[in-house]
Amino acid sequence: MTKLLFSLCVLVLTLFVTSLLVGPADIGVMQSLSALFATEQTPVSQVMQQIRLPRAILGVMVGLSLGLAGAALQGLLRNPLAEPGVIGVSAASALGAVLALQTGFAVATSLALPLSALVGAAVAVVLILLLAGRHGSSITLILAGVAISALSTAMTSLVLNLSPNPFAASEIMFWMMGSLADRSFDHVGLVLPVMVVGWLLLLSTVKSLNALSLGEDVASSLGVRLSLTRWSILIGAAAAVGASTAVAGAIGFIGLVVPHVLRRWVGHQPGALLPASALGGAALLLAADIAVRVVLPGKDLKLGVVMAIIGAPLFLHLIIRTRRGQL
Amino acid sequence: MNTLYSALISLTVLLLMTTVSMAAPARVASMNVCTEQLALMLGAKSQLISVTHLATDTRMSSVAELAADLPVNRGRAEEVYLLKPDLVLAGQYTAIEGVEMLRRLGIDVVVFDIANTFEAMRENLIKMGEVLGRRAEAQDLLATLDAQLAALPAISDDAPRAALYYANGYTSGTNALSHEILTRAGFRNIAAELGLEWGGMLSLEQLVMADPDAIILGQKYPGSSRSEDILDHPVLNHLKAKLPQTVISDSDWVCGTPNIIHAIDRLIDLRRQIESQ
Repeated sequence: MTKLLFSLCVLVLTLFVTSLLVGPADIGVMQSLSALFATEQTPVSQVMQQIRLPRAILGVMVGLSLGLAGAALQGLLRNPLAEPGVIGVSAASALGAVLALQTGFAVATSLALPLSALVGAAVAVVLILLLAGRHGSSITLILAGVAISALSTAMTSLVLNLSPNPFAASEIMFWMMGSLADRSFDHVGLVLPVMVVGWLLLLSTVKSLNALSLGEDVASSLGVRLSLTRWSILIGAAAAVGASTAVAGAIGFIGLVVPHVLRRWVGHQPGALLPASALGGAALLLAADIAVRVVLPGKDLKLGVVMAIIGAPLFLHLIIRTRRGQL
Repeated sequence: MNTLYSALISLTVLLLMTTVSMAAPARVASMNVCTEQLALMLGAKSQLISVTHLATDTRMSSVAELAADLPVNRGRAEEVYLLKPDLVLAGQYTAIEGVEMLRRLGIDVVVFDIANTFEAMRENLIKMGEVLGRRAEAQDLLATLDAQLAALPAISDDAPRAALYYANGYTSGTNALSHEILTRAGFRNIAAELGLEWGGMLSLEQLVMADPDAIILGQKYPGSSRSEDILDHPVLNHLKAKLPQTVISDSDWVCGTPNIIHAIDRLIDLRRQIESQ
């Protein structure tokens, strides 16, 4: 377990440094890395410190949030399909963020944007819990997710179409697919407080999630306060996913792919899956963000496109395996 | 002899017909923000019965005050048809279906090309003067513009390097009107150095590395968009702080009209500030 977390840390660190070295400006490896710590303001140091560094840091933060939220929601709902993107939580937070931006609420205070996205995400999680229920089947979970996702995406598109800004409508793609292009430390600072609260709430449920895997009655008899666990995951996931979506758009499949790959390495312990998925999510998002810049430089290929290409086959694999299990 | 007479008669008839059809149209509708600006600058307000909803937008139109209290359209064929215009002015990128429909309904539609050069702008202005029956006004405007252009200060060999930067990190290349505004004001466009003849995406990284002497930024619109966020990126703010002044690419830059001279004048002020440093 420690070994797994250690190797994931090494992987995240490697990808983080690689992410810093990838970009349209042609800068040598040593020059880039030394410019990262340079104190004088040169074009190279500006590129490294103000463009690439915040992008790589946001990549880690967003990946961490999505991996963690995915693993926690799956543990709570005891369903491997419970992923923020699939069950509509990301789409709902995008709606929250877009509403805050277009109404001007986001300008009012710095926390308005991530908090509005959080509210959108929380509404979606509550709806999922009500519609699919704690014992709901995969079918009801997916149906509820599709409904919430479709409605949120439609409302987001509507709001963007009604905006007086001529560029807003062309950004429907960003809100659906996500991108880290041209973000800055302003965005890091904007979402970090909300994200950290989310991470802490989610990580506080590690033990309860392990107990919960034995069934609710056993968990209660082991002293797990179920409602506290449920609320922590609800608010924690909403905060993590909401803050991520507010600055990077809705990026799907990370919370599906990462826990799925890592589950066997943590001995199928839902609690232990949480820190592993967090690191795995960060690694996967950094890798995807490197891929979008290497494959189509200058085109701002959306992260969601890469994630769907990786995630969709896995989704199919899950379906086939689930069907075999039923037979 | 008979044939000569009949030929002369038919020529006279033809000339008469042309003069009749060339009589200034009294009910003109514009479906394009640039065509109505040319028409308004030619003093044709009394002929205009409708302009686009952008005509009074000071961000888009350099003669917005002239368009005040004119009825507006949103470029839809039905609403324009119902106005019963004698003539419709449209741009190259006006919805082609709408233009075709109006033509099928027997309405005279004149389509103007996008002016990517001063030369194309001149041609558009002359064409507008002809279709509106305001040739003299068009010649006057062009004469004034030519005098103003001729009076521009000479371009130095060591021209400062300027970057055109709009929402989404878009920049204009050498065959854009804004490029000609830049070069006439004595600047070099960094898009040309970077091989972006047709314009396109210029990443923030490339912009910072190019380290321009001047920066001309796209204007902002109400509401919010991620596309415009880039114009407030910290590296761009850092760049702006280093430079004497940031010019906003406003309504004088949008369309090919004689008002581009105002954009050039502002750039020349900026060039003087840079050169005095």
